[in-house]
Amino acid sequence: MCLAIPGLIESISGEAESRLAKVRFGQIVKEVNLVFVPEADAGDYVLVHVGIAIARIDPTQAEKAFTYLDEIGATGKVGEESA
Amino acid sequence: MKYLDEYRNAEAAKQYLAAIAQITTRSWAIMEVCGGQTHSIVKYGISDLLPKAIRLIHGPGCPVCVTPVEMVNKAIAIARQPGVIFCSFGDMLRVPGSDCDLLSLKGEGADIRIVYSPLDAVNIAADNPQRQIVFFAVGFETTAPANALAIHQAATRDIHNFSALVSHVLVPPAIEAIMTSPDTQVQGFLAAGHVCTVMGLTQYIPLAEKYRVPIVVTGFEPVDVLQGIYMCVRQLEENRHEVENQYTRSATVGGNRHAQQLVNSVFQISERKWRGMGEIPASGLSLADDYATFDAERRFDVANVSTAESAECISGLVLQGIRTPLECPAFGATCTPEHPLGATMVSGEGACAAYYHYRRKAPSASLNNKEPHTP
Ligand code: SF4
Repeated sequence: MCLAIPGLIESISGEAESRLAKVRFGQIVKEVNLVFVPEADAGDYVLVHVGIAIARIDPTQAEKAFTYLDEIGATGKVGEESA
Repeated sequence: MKYLDEYRNAEAAKQYLAAIAQITTRSWAIMEVCGGQTHSIVKYGISDLLPKAIRLIHGPGCPVCVTPVEMVNKAIAIARQPGVIFCSFGDMLRVPGSDCDLLSLKGEGADIRIVYSPLDAVNIAADNPQRQIVFFAVGFETTAPANALAIHQAATRDIHNFSALVSHVLVPPAIEAIMTSPDTQVQGFLAAGHVCTVMGLTQYIPLAEKYRVPIVVTGFEPVDVLQGIYMCVRQLEENRHEVENQYTRSATVGGNRHAQQLVNSVFQISERKWRGMGEIPASGLSLADDYATFDAERRFDVANVSTAESAECISGLVLQGIRTPLECPAFGATCTPEHPLGATMVSGEGACAAYYHYRRKAPSASLNNKEPHTP
């Protein structure tokens, strides 16, 4: 139930409490409420839980799971493939 | 999909496993708080890939599992009433109440609808003004903003045939309850990334200090979980007990302030009963006075329904990490996902169901798999 999935905002309509987006999750596009992420724009990825975006995903922070491996001295470059 | 598949990268997972093995010099017991993490850990066989000295304990972070039987009985009592449309997330329907579950009640003709979002339930109310629409508002902090928004929308849209049966729970009081239990074996926590995406990190700082436990806010994919474990083990080995954040792509120190604001106006902090853990003070949310007219417990007079838990099921001990599902005599025998005795067998995020699906056989998922995702 606590699943939240990242999706790409394709377009936005409405304002304030009814600010809605068409968000793409792979092959599926769903309507998502953006009231809690007023900073999110078309082209951004948001984290969506039960039809409501709870965060805008920070693309620079998203690399950290892999750059951290370099920091701790684990070898190799990974994580560059993404769909 | 971007921001999912790369965190299932087998190469990165292997490097984290090697890094964990390298720094581990003693035995450590780490609890992953959230059911979503439990699901990943069991599915990908992470427990078996870790050094033997690291033991993962599955925590109470599945809302379906910790909702007390009493609340399920209240839901059933309301859904039975004529004229009611009872709306719920799908995974609550099979949770056994004392004499039936919502799914079998639906089979008998009660109007029970599975909704994807609580906002859908508000729209059903708007479309059916002659009916009473009740939404089963369960969940942790992750779901509280969505449920608060639904109730707030019902208020602002003057939809008075909508109400919510609220059984919201909070993570920090559960961590506190686990750490004060005399049987606790937990030495470090992976906190739930999505809960912290909403609430931020600051609530965990006093807990890490008071109980001298490292708390690492962690995501849900295998690479996230392994990085979280690495960060936690490293703190344990270095005798540190801080709040660290693995899930920085979504969770920030302050969390989502817009969401917090609405949650704080629609809900208030209250005592809650947890399945298997009993009453925990200030461990949940109930409707604030301004929204009391949307409280289904008052509207349908079920506030006095009270029920004892089944004696056979040890899910309370499982939820606290004192026993594993495999130690339950009913596991896989009289208790299966088809005929669950306890909620931890019902939900896919529950420890018993996760063990049942993945642990009886070899772990079936492999890293780098491309599974369909549903938002
Ligand atoms: S296996 Fe079934 S009976 Fe045993 S603890 Fe889990 S849910 Fe309860």
